[in-house]
Amino acid sequence: MRTFVLVLGLAVAGAAAAQESKVQLVNAPGKDKAQQCIACHSVDYIQMNSKFMDKAGWTASVNKMIKVFGAPIPESDVEPIAAYLAQHYGKAPAK
Amino acid sequence: MKTNSNTMNIAGLARRRLIAGAAGAGTLAALGATRAFAGPVGSMGALGFAELPDGTLAEQTLFALPGKVPLIKKTFRPPNFETPIKYFRTAITPNDAFFVRYHLAGIPEVKAGEWSLTVGGDSAERPLKLTLPELRKEFAPAEITAVCQCSGSRRGLFEPHVPGVEWGVGAMGNAVWRGVRLKDVLAKAGIKAGAVEVVFDGADHAPLEKTPDFVKSLPVEIAQDPNTLVAFEMNGKPLPHWNGGPARLVVPGWTGTYWVKQLVRINIVSKPESNFWMSTAYRLPRGLFKTPTFKSQLYSPNEPITTMVANSLITSLENGEQIPHGKPIEVRGIAWDGGSGIARVEVSTDTGATWQQARLGKDLGRFSFREFALSAPTKEPGARVVMARATANSGDTQVERLIFNPAGYHHNVIQRLYIEIV
Repeated sequence: MRTFVLVLGLAVAGAAAAQESKVQLVNAPGKDKAQQCIACHSVDYIQMNSKFMDKAGWTASVNKMIKVFGAPIPESDVEPIAAYLAQHYGKAPAK
Repeated sequence: MKTNSNTMNIAGLARRRLIAGAAGAGTLAALGATRAFAGPVGSMGALGFAELPDGTLAEQTLFALPGKVPLIKKTFRPPNFETPIKYFRTAITPNDAFFVRYHLAGIPEVKAGEWSLTVGGDSAERPLKLTLPELRKEFAPAEITAVCQCSGSRRGLFEPHVPGVEWGVGAMGNAVWRGVRLKDVLAKAGIKAGAVEVVFDGADHAPLEKTPDFVKSLPVEIAQDPNTLVAFEMNGKPLPHWNGGPARLVVPGWTGTYWVKQLVRINIVSKPESNFWMSTAYRLPRGLFKTPTFKSQLYSPNEPITTMVANSLITSLENGEQIPHGKPIEVRGIAWDGGSGIARVEVSTDTGATWQQARLGKDLGRFSFREFALSAPTKEPGARVVMARATANSGDTQVERLIFNPAGYHHNVIQRLYIEIV
């Protein structure tokens, strides 16, 4: 429901927002594209879900964000984002 | 934690596992995360469970939202905060320590004076709108003590790990909820013959228009259960913002997903609700658990999660703890289930070889946490494994091995705490 004004909610969330800005993704190629995630959620979601998914798992997660939750991420960004997440937040490939 | 490097025993193994977990966390911290505490915050290994993912342990910190004590921060936005173990040492969870769970980041602070509840839907005879004073004045008050537990509480303990909010044991709490009976509100609106579900929407929403709004439904019989409330008080105080104020749904026995917060809209409907949060999320492989079915929602190979499974938590001991011989092991904790009430809690201090019945605390009702306590004497030094197993009046009990399911629900594996008698 969107009938309520967000102003108060944002004020309440102020301190948390300041803390959230300290949560950073790993500096590496692909980070810029992965930053699109912050439109809807803090990136601690990514670190929390590490390191146990492989690239297929991260690809499924990114696709879920686009197809189920409507994230406006271009199709061409799915691969680079999943590759970045798999490399820095994914489980080590089986030896 | 004290160390005793000469003792090569299970307690030592458990300790080394903990240290290995902390080392993993350190590696991730070097990658850029900041950690305010020396030991991992909210470690589940420290409580005698399988450990959370390394990334979760590295990322989570204690953080106080406005009006809350420091809770275990899982994510900032949307806010997901877990209650630390120390607040489960009493049967009632304090409001300021009660866990916080939101799916969508748009969470308006709804003022009580501006709040209203709209009741309608194709199976409502007389659609209506109620303010908080009207709700208080026109309906009989009702109160119930009940556990609110997130469906995914303990998801982080799954082996293998599954994606989602990587909760430890504290995505739950027990409170005295006060409000009015949902059935009375529904009766005022009038339920037409042919109604199958009642649908609930809160004031929260997603940042994007295209994201499915968080909307949940209940079978019409559960909506009419006298224990299902529209609550506006929690433990004698107005319902806190982070726990759904001014008013939320309380569905005793059912998992937290149905306890819609900032409740603003109720629809009585003749067709099953089919949005993402009902048709895809919060589902289990059909028949995997003995919990009640949700008949109108059985249109795919899986089924919605419904009631909680029998579970317990030892709150008085830490993994690797050393107790001088001659001093008893004081095993205390809480037990709960999906609403039949706790019949007994058995405790073992010998890796499950023998079990003794614990003394149960005051009965606060069949939907509440039930405290238990057992004092086990110790004679000789050595390692012990302490376990607790709750059994509900329904016969439901805790499992030895995880019943794996892809979304990470219903973890009620028996806790195993390694204790050293020295």
